[in-house]
Amino acid sequence: SRTSSTIGAGITGIFTKRKLDAQTLEELEDVLVQADLGVAAAMRITENIGEGRFDKEIAPEEVKRILAEEVEKALAPVAKPLTIDTAHKPFVILMVGVNGAGKTTTIGKLASKFAADGKSVMLAAGDTFRAAAIEQLKIWGERTGAPVLAREQGADAAGLAYDALNQARTDGHDVLLMDTAGRLQNKTALMAELEKIIRVMRKIDESAPHAVLLVLDATVGQNALSQVEIFGKAAGVTGLVMTKLDGTARGGILVALADRFGLPVHYIGVGEGVDDLEPFAARDFAQAIAGIAEERI
Amino acid sequence: MFEGLSERLSGILGGLTRRGKLSDQDVQNALREVRRALLEADVALEVVRSFTDRVRERAVGAEVVKSVTPGQMVVKIVNDALVEMLGAEAETINLNATPPVPILMVGLQGSGKTTTTAKIARRLKERDKKRVLMASLDTRRPAAMEQLAVLGGQVEVDTLPIVTGQSAPQIARRAMEAGRLGGYDVVMLDTAGRVTVDEALMDEAAEVARTVDAHEVLLVADALTGQDAVNTARAFDERMGLTGIVLTRMDGDSRGGAALSMRAVTGKPIKLIGTGEKVDALEEFHPSRVANRILGMGDIVSLVEKA
Ligand SMILES: Nc1nc2c(ncn2[C@@H]2O[C@H](COP(=O)(O)OP(=O)(O)OP(=O)(O)O)[C@@H](O)[C@H]2O)c(=O)[nH]1
Ligand SMILES: Nc1nc2c(ncn2[C@@H]2O[C@H](COP(=O)(O)OP(=O)(O)OP(=O)(O)O)[C@@H](O)[C@H]2O)c(=O)[nH]1
Ligand SMILES: [Mg+2]
Ligand SMILES: [Mg+2]
Repeated sequence: SRTSSTIGAGITGIFTKRKLDAQTLEELEDVLVQADLGVAAAMRITENIGEGRFDKEIAPEEVKRILAEEVEKALAPVAKPLTIDTAHKPFVILMVGVNGAGKTTTIGKLASKFAADGKSVMLAAGDTFRAAAIEQLKIWGERTGAPVLAREQGADAAGLAYDALNQARTDGHDVLLMDTAGRLQNKTALMAELEKIIRVMRKIDESAPHAVLLVLDATVGQNALSQVEIFGKAAGVTGLVMTKLDGTARGGILVALADRFGLPVHYIGVGEGVDDLEPFAARDFAQAIAGIAEERI
Repeated sequence: MFEGLSERLSGILGGLTRRGKLSDQDVQNALREVRRALLEADVALEVVRSFTDRVRERAVGAEVVKSVTPGQMVVKIVNDALVEMLGAEAETINLNATPPVPILMVGLQGSGKTTTTAKIARRLKERDKKRVLMASLDTRRPAAMEQLAVLGGQVEVDTLPIVTGQSAPQIARRAMEAGRLGGYDVVMLDTAGRVTVDEALMDEAAEVARTVDAHEVLLVADALTGQDAVNTARAFDERMGLTGIVLTRMDGDSRGGAALSMRAVTGKPIKLIGTGEKVDALEEFHPSRVANRILGMGDIVSLVEKA
């Protein structure tokens, strides 16, 4: 990923010709806070870094390396690919998340990936609320050659989900990607609607949905904790995708999320194009946070 | 919004007000907790730093009036610093220019530009009785233009007919021309989302702003944003000279740090806030009221003011 890095510059600034002491560690913690790790995760990591190295002079490169190692340690257990269990036909993937996070775009990117793997994919336009959400998904369908099941705007999303699963079964598709309208997790009525979508799909296949992906925008701050918690409860989130890592945001909240929830992180979005989706790699991500990535290019 | 932060701050400062005397250490400790509360509310680090520095300086040099406790004095100092950070006066859309007045909407991907364009158009039409034309300059996102057209239908505001193959600056010129010929008061220009490191797209938006001599350039930003808020606000401000900020998704349960950060680093007012997905979910932003709500200690503030 091209996650930019003023963080690397920050570390170089802090540790050039200085000792690792309370002052420098505090500054290091600040650097992590600026990457959205949150105070608790930033403190935990800086404490680890301080251990055994206190009062010793340390080169900035060394600090970056240790920092990346620590972040990687937190993220490695959650870096897991999304596997499509072929026992389920179709394998149903439900995309959920707050408004504008990148659900629909990520569906398009995933459809292209699965199609390239030789799978037959169907899309369901489950966002029946937002203006032109259906047209948007249809364009992704055209781009990726996946059929799109849609109803008119304003139709019942759960009813659509039911039809889509039936249709995907009849047509023998391998994967069904189900879009949903963006919703803020504190809106109980909208979260109940999500639960209903799942209930209805289970009338056809009680193991569905087989994956529930929560899409997180890399710019998000501490609110992601609440998103994961509440979407997790309502929709049984099985994994995360983080989008928009091609911007300046570093997505450090993933570290805090790994600490607290341990949910798998499958993919990252690095652009608006159909190919701008990469598997989540803990090392690359950690190096970007520590400001090492740009030196490798 | 702000509730979480408000609870934390009133907890920390409430402890101070109940004491008769405050040592330097008491103030230091409280400020450390304030700092953490602000960071956990996603206020940008540099903004937190300048805030706590300012409070510390004033708290040390403060002349304590006899009728209030030192703690109450600190509350007042924090309150004033908050108000300064948010800007004291409410400001809203400015239409003081020769019609059609161009309003340009910019921001990161998915921040809420298109929805907010329609919300503002609706507001100008209904409250200010303006004739508004909306145009989408988004040639990139699938169905972006259709989205604005659908919203135009919902709010009963005209949208510029879609012509494929035109660039954003070309559409902007066509919109202004249509605005003049059609006798519109306001032309709202919705743009594609862009990341600030995309030089070509940042240039394009800056060119549009120049081409139409945009009277308002509004950054539409997500209230759920974390520390990146400062990078975003600063980058857009430097490249296209913002006149204001609209914060969307204020109906969420975020602690609202982005609101404080963006205003503080750009000095540009938060002119409106989005409080829902529907086209009428748009409100004015009143900084002093918000500061009051964040602190939840209006009674102490006015007590000190009267003393
Ligand atoms: N730069 C960048 N933009 C992205 C990425 N993923 C999505 N986007 C853009 O973000 C915007 C919102 O994406 P959508 O896919 O419509 O988001 P959504 O979650 O479906 O939004 P709603 O349905 O309105 O809740 C679009 O402009 C996308 O092109 C990414 O990885 N990088
Ligand atoms: N809850 C809530 N949702 C909002 C608000 N404003 C916009 N949205 C939603 O956010 C999502 C993205 O809004 P858009 O208007 O498409 O955002 P955009 O900035 O035009 O997106 P791009 O053109 O892709 O960059 C949609 O689902 C909107 O309904 C708000 O104030 N509150
Ligand atoms: Mg969508
Ligand atoms: Mg848009």
